[in-house]
Amino acid sequence: MEFAAKDVKLRYKQTVLGALWAILQPFMMMVVFTLIFSRIAGLPSQGIPYPVFNYAALLPWTLCAQGVTRSSESLVSNMTLLTKVYFPRLVLPTAAIAGCLIDFLLASIVLAGLMIYYGVPPNGANVIFLPAFLALVMITTLGVGLWLAALNALYRDVRYVVPFATQLWLFATPVVYAASSLPEAWQMIYPLNPMVGAVEGFRWSLLGTPAPSLWTMLASSGVAILLCFSGLMYFRVTEQKVADVI
Amino acid sequence: MLSEGDGLAIHVREIGKRYRLGQRLGIMTAREAISDAFKGILRRAERPTAPSRYHWALKDVSFDVERGEIVGIVGSNGAGKSTLLKILSRITVPTTGKADLYGRVGALLEVGAGFSGELTGRENVYLNGAILGMKKREINARFEEIVAFAGIGDYLDTPVKRYSSGMYTRLAFAVAAHLDTEILFVDEVLSVGDQKFQEKSLGKMRDVATSGRTVLFVSHNMAAVMSLCSRALLLDNGNIVESGPTREVIEAYLRLGREASSTPLTQRIDRSGEGSARFTAIGLEDGAGNAITTATSGSPVTMRLDYRSADGRPVHHVIVQIAVTGLYGQPLFVCLSRVAQNGFSSLAPSGSIRCHIPVLPLLPGVYMLDIWCKVDEVVTDRINHASELTVSEGDFFGSGKLQPREGGEFLVFHEWEATEA
Repeated sequence: MEFAAKDVKLRYKQTVLGALWAILQPFMMMVVFTLIFSRIAGLPSQGIPYPVFNYAALLPWTLCAQGVTRSSESLVSNMTLLTKVYFPRLVLPTAAIAGCLIDFLLASIVLAGLMIYYGVPPNGANVIFLPAFLALVMITTLGVGLWLAALNALYRDVRYVVPFATQLWLFATPVVYAASSLPEAWQMIYPLNPMVGAVEGFRWSLLGTPAPSLWTMLASSGVAILLCFSGLMYFRVTEQKVADVI
Repeated sequence: MLSEGDGLAIHVREIGKRYRLGQRLGIMTAREAISDAFKGILRRAERPTAPSRYHWALKDVSFDVERGEIVGIVGSNGAGKSTLLKILSRITVPTTGKADLYGRVGALLEVGAGFSGELTGRENVYLNGAILGMKKREINARFEEIVAFAGIGDYLDTPVKRYSSGMYTRLAFAVAAHLDTEILFVDEVLSVGDQKFQEKSLGKMRDVATSGRTVLFVSHNMAAVMSLCSRALLLDNGNIVESGPTREVIEAYLRLGREASSTPLTQRIDRSGEGSARFTAIGLEDGAGNAITTATSGSPVTMRLDYRSADGRPVHHVIVQIAVTGLYGQPLFVCLSRVAQNGFSSLAPSGSIRCHIPVLPLLPGVYMLDIWCKVDEVVTDRINHASELTVSEGDFFGSGKLQPREGGEFLVFHEWEATEA
């Protein structure tokens, strides 16, 4: 807990805008995406105003991307600590992700504002499923984050791969477009990206876009749990030798 | 399997730790790992067994510590002391063997590890406490005590990056020293802060020692080990070579030190530093520049250090220190090139550095010289017990009389005067 608090405090130390950055980042992304993909490219947005459609997906996406990036660096950036003090090493990547959850909650306020401004009502009682989709995001983030944190401690190549891999991942996730706009042939393998189920679920429970199919949810949750489980196992093995090789 | 009821706190059986030497000690990139894996497949049959590529930092180390015991661990640099503490505090796992610890463990291996410069003193106390395994409630309970001990009062809500280094280490030590664990490992923490704080922390360690907790104490300061520990272990080259009452173990350590100090510097392996500039020899000269083996009390003496840079290029911004200690490791005085003058801004690739003492103020006896050298603020070489310094009787005051031995280590110029009331 102290670690997560430190992460959040540290992130905005000596910045003028402070925690506002947590809101500004996804908001600016949304503005840019709206200009490019809605105004210029004219992508459809399932009957929802594009800024709301896009921002509702950017929220879980930013949580995932930031969480993965920060947790992948969490062991390496605490190198001195790892070699001098013993504490459960799992604290570092999980605290990094917990810190991102706070940003996520702050940025959610903007979504509420956008929904009121554009007059998009919440999808009735389905909103109660939101925590389940949030959990799916967290499990995915933790799984990928654990893998990368451990790999980064051994192979510093990871830090060069992460930034552009998350870029690619963004476009493999229905953030700027709707999952339904993909060809039928792709619908089988597409949800193997666990963020597909998470993002589609977010939009459905919040905005009332078409619900993700059963296969989408099964595939996405299955892959997420597999990632998280294998990530934990790999992390456990690596943490044994991390102080010697980092 | 032993239970807590047996009165044992630490049970160590045949612990060994092997490190890989060379490049792969550090990180490797994925390309190396993949090509290594391929080489492994291709050459499985004729893979050369190269035992020299491994180094056993610890080998077959076994010992028990009973609850409430204060055990000192002594040994020269590279003997395996820190590796042993790292294994016991679970930072790293042993290659062989097993260590069982009965009770909550706290470790003070490096003061201030886990401090975050951007956070305030108060925030760091909580963060560091949490890292060291204290619960928030425990920190709350001891918060006032910690702050009072560190003596940082007004600066509590200032980011620690603005602290002086003294304040920083005092606060870090204070947090760690107030850990409430049954077993405590302490590594060289007494060497921080000024004299006053060192005494205070030694006093704190003594309190800890008498409060019934089990302590493993690593130090080069034999006087501190002697006063704190009832029993000691001597490590040399990864093995326990002596264990028993503190006095006997320290004597064995001093014998080792004196053997080491007679080894030529180029053959010494018990050194640290990153190695871009190394000492190659150490010697003494008299006032006329002739090599001598024994210095004379009250006469001029020159300590000569030969060095060589690893890449054959000149070295810049060099600081050299010679610390003179007593045989028990008690610090007597240091000659630090940066203080007496401004250090050496540029030195030839190899050569000699001389430190002249116009009048040697030491009483006759045997002393030890610890030396280190920094290039661009990085320690490139450090050798404890680099050489002995034997001082023979001399006429310090020029009065034709000799100072009696008792009552100190130093000779100081002085004059006496008596006046009528």
